[in-house]
Amino acid sequence: MEFGNSLAHLGAGIGAGLAVIGGAAGIGRLAAAAMEGSARQPQAVGDIRTSMIIAAALIEGATLFALVICMILGVK
Amino acid sequence: MTEAATGHAAAAAAHDAAAHGGEFNAGETIAHHIMDTQVMELPFIGAVHLPTLHIGSWDLPVTKHVVMLWVAAAVVLALAGIAARRRALVPGRVQSLVEIMVVFVRDELARKNIGPHGDRFVPYLLTTFFFILACNLIGLVPYGATATSNIGVTAALAGVAFLVTQASGMREYGVVGHFKNLVPPGLPAWLLPIMIPVELLGMLAKPFALCVRLFANMTAGHVVIISLISLVFILKSILVGVLLSVPFALFINGIELLVAFLQAYIFTMLTSLFIGMSVHPSH
Repeated sequence: MEFGNSLAHLGAGIGAGLAVIGGAAGIGRLAAAAMEGSARQPQAVGDIRTSMIIAAALIEGATLFALVICMILGVK
Repeated sequence: MTEAATGHAAAAAAHDAAAHGGEFNAGETIAHHIMDTQVMELPFIGAVHLPTLHIGSWDLPVTKHVVMLWVAAAVVLALAGIAARRRALVPGRVQSLVEIMVVFVRDELARKNIGPHGDRFVPYLLTTFFFILACNLIGLVPYGATATSNIGVTAALAGVAFLVTQASGMREYGVVGHFKNLVPPGLPAWLLPIMIPVELLGMLAKPFALCVRLFANMTAGHVVIISLISLVFILKSILVGVLLSVPFALFINGIELLVAFLQAYIFTMLTSLFIGMSVHPSH
């Protein structure tokens, strides 16, 4: 069977989905911990919020690495 | 806003496609807006073909992103110039606004991460922060393009960060001393063959991550916005536009505004962290 580029496109789609699952799961856990910490100690809300945003941006950086590779595969 | 601009451009693309007897091609519209071209679209003038500079034996094409880099540089210079013009003790409005961010970079980023002599790096960190912020924000304006969605631009920014990190470490400890700082002191000798390649790889991976993080964040956001607006043209339905595309695109545009600030801050913070690690190796 001649697959041509369809396998690359399939890989791109599956890869993007998996990347989003990983990133969203990680950031979800991070947000849950941040919520719990803020609830336990309301005066630390500002610090927790800053650290949460920084950690979320770093995790998202890793997710977007995978997305870039999927984009390269998708336009093959 | 951007939806108007991309909607206008997508409509133009659809018109062109219809005129040529083809269909609206979403992939082509996305590629046309994200990729760098030598044709720039200006509001009332239409399409402008940009020249190619021939310097010596180099052919340097002036592209859309290059022009946006110049615009961002002009904006940053103008802002800094206006803010610093009177240097009044009781600052005016522009000076106050800029001072907030300058003091933030100096205290939270330079002094906290690099230590007491962090003031030396404040001009570089400020330049990085404001330049990346200006590039990101110009991409959100109609007829503007995001220069930082070009991997060449982010690679250059990350390369400069790498050079500053290495130079600051070598200035403190000498060339050999800087590389000796990569591995923790008091390490058993049999661990060295593992630690040295790992640390060298880490040293190279950090600027690479800076580059790809900024590039991917900027590109992905704009691709999402254009895709949402293209939905209207693919499905050829105004109902989809009103209920689905425009609200979502507006929402994603708001997120892009947040991401513009956040990515500029993250880039600057990580650069200051790496400089701090070079100058004061904590292990």
